[in-house]
Amino acid sequence: MSLDQDLPLLSVKNLSHFYGQQLGCKNVNFDLYPGEVLAIVGESGSGKTTLLNCLSTQIIPTDGAVYYRNRKGQSDNLYEMNEAQQRILLRTDWGFVRQHPRDGLRMNVSAGANVGERLMALGDRHYGKIRDTALDWLEKVEIQADRIDDAPRTFSGGMQQRLQIARNLVTNPRLVFMDEPTGGLDVSVQARLLDLIRRLVSELGLSIIIVTHDLAVARLLSDRIMVMKDGEVIEQGLTDQVLDDPHQAYTQLLVSSILHVGS
Amino acid sequence: MTQPILSVQSLTKSFVMHLQNGLQLPVMDGAGFEVFAGECVVLGGPSGAGKSTLLKMIYGNYAADAGEIIIAHGDQHTDLVQASPREILRLRQSTIGYVSQFLSAIPRVSALDLVAQVARQWGHSEEVAQEKAAKMLGQLNIPEHLWGLPPATFSGGEQQRVNIARGFMGEHKLLLLDEPTASLDAANRQVVLSLIEERNANGTAMLGIFHDADTRDKVADRVIDVTKFAVQQAA
Repeated sequence: MSLDQDLPLLSVKNLSHFYGQQLGCKNVNFDLYPGEVLAIVGESGSGKTTLLNCLSTQIIPTDGAVYYRNRKGQSDNLYEMNEAQQRILLRTDWGFVRQHPRDGLRMNVSAGANVGERLMALGDRHYGKIRDTALDWLEKVEIQADRIDDAPRTFSGGMQQRLQIARNLVTNPRLVFMDEPTGGLDVSVQARLLDLIRRLVSELGLSIIIVTHDLAVARLLSDRIMVMKDGEVIEQGLTDQVLDDPHQAYTQLLVSSILHVGS
Repeated sequence: MTQPILSVQSLTKSFVMHLQNGLQLPVMDGAGFEVFAGECVVLGGPSGAGKSTLLKMIYGNYAADAGEIIIAHGDQHTDLVQASPREILRLRQSTIGYVSQFLSAIPRVSALDLVAQVARQWGHSEEVAQEKAAKMLGQLNIPEHLWGLPPATFSGGEQQRVNIARGFMGEHKLLLLDEPTASLDAANRQVVLSLIEERNANGTAMLGIFHDADTRDKVADRVIDVTKFAVQQAA
């Protein structure tokens, strides 16, 4: 194990966010290591999306710091960067896969352009090369090459999500945020998407922070899990340990609700 | 004797059932034993004595309340009770294997690939990994025409045997055996027994649960009676 792997990619210190008087999330602390998949679970309103938006600098939190270690090995507080620096991270080092494809894709431009756009933002100008890379990525996410010139609005929901993943991964990000990426999809479509995400994660060694209310998704994808309730992290640890031996009343309730559905 | 691979000391575990008014279920108090290289130690005791709970704690799947689970790996020792999730995951890759029939199969990956994946993780080339996987599936009587298919389409028994194949494909120094022979037919049970013997001879330390007395007698170098660690429940 190299030294690099032993330093956190992301280090979250006492992060809190309030919307006026209203609590978003409170006193969140954790480290994320390279190649780790962290699931944030909890019900609607538990603060998980607020936390994800803070981590990805879409919201600047009321209090706390998040240190991100860049490719040069330097750790900087995200909230002390200027907007241009934050934007560069979001376009290059990071990806963000959203629940609704319409929030993460441009629905009226071609699939190829959706994938190529992030490369162009990085200064790539060679049309043929961009198209080849886009084709390569469409194949990786199991979208047929002959759909490259079609707009995503003509795709099924599952295809749109796979395209969103290609669009995000094309720049070789180190960290990908996902907000309920399988929400709203049919179960069989979900399984295929999860399978794909899992394969890409292990092939590319990505670090992922995934927000989901679906414990089965968390179990399948994540190494570690954080359970949130009323804005706070109430339990965290190894995913199978938290799900198989939950200690907090709320976590036990979440886990048992799932079992009832299954049986 | 040399150092144990696994050393359990003063291990305590209780469950608190918050959904049942915080009902406390103490299951284990002061569990302590060691397992050395090349031994197969079987956990004995009636159903409900805590054998499975103990095995799950040693895999890091259940959290102990107190005590130590010391795992020797390389020239280091790690206490699993105190270890971070990352350390536990690393130990699962490097040292502690779990053989069970009930691991969930990964959708859309062929049986051969599923098993070969494990061999690749252990540093074997693609070619060697495929060979080893094919041999293991053959040994466990998975028909060859199924090897290229995802186990999701297999019968229950075939899926179980794929999981067993995965469990034995690793080269972990400590193998936890969670009823690997339950519900197998006689021929396949015999295959698993010989896999266990093979690992024994290679110096793997094994700790297992076997309900079938006949199998237990065949594999066990020692039996540890778990009832002596169990918390006596008030009637």
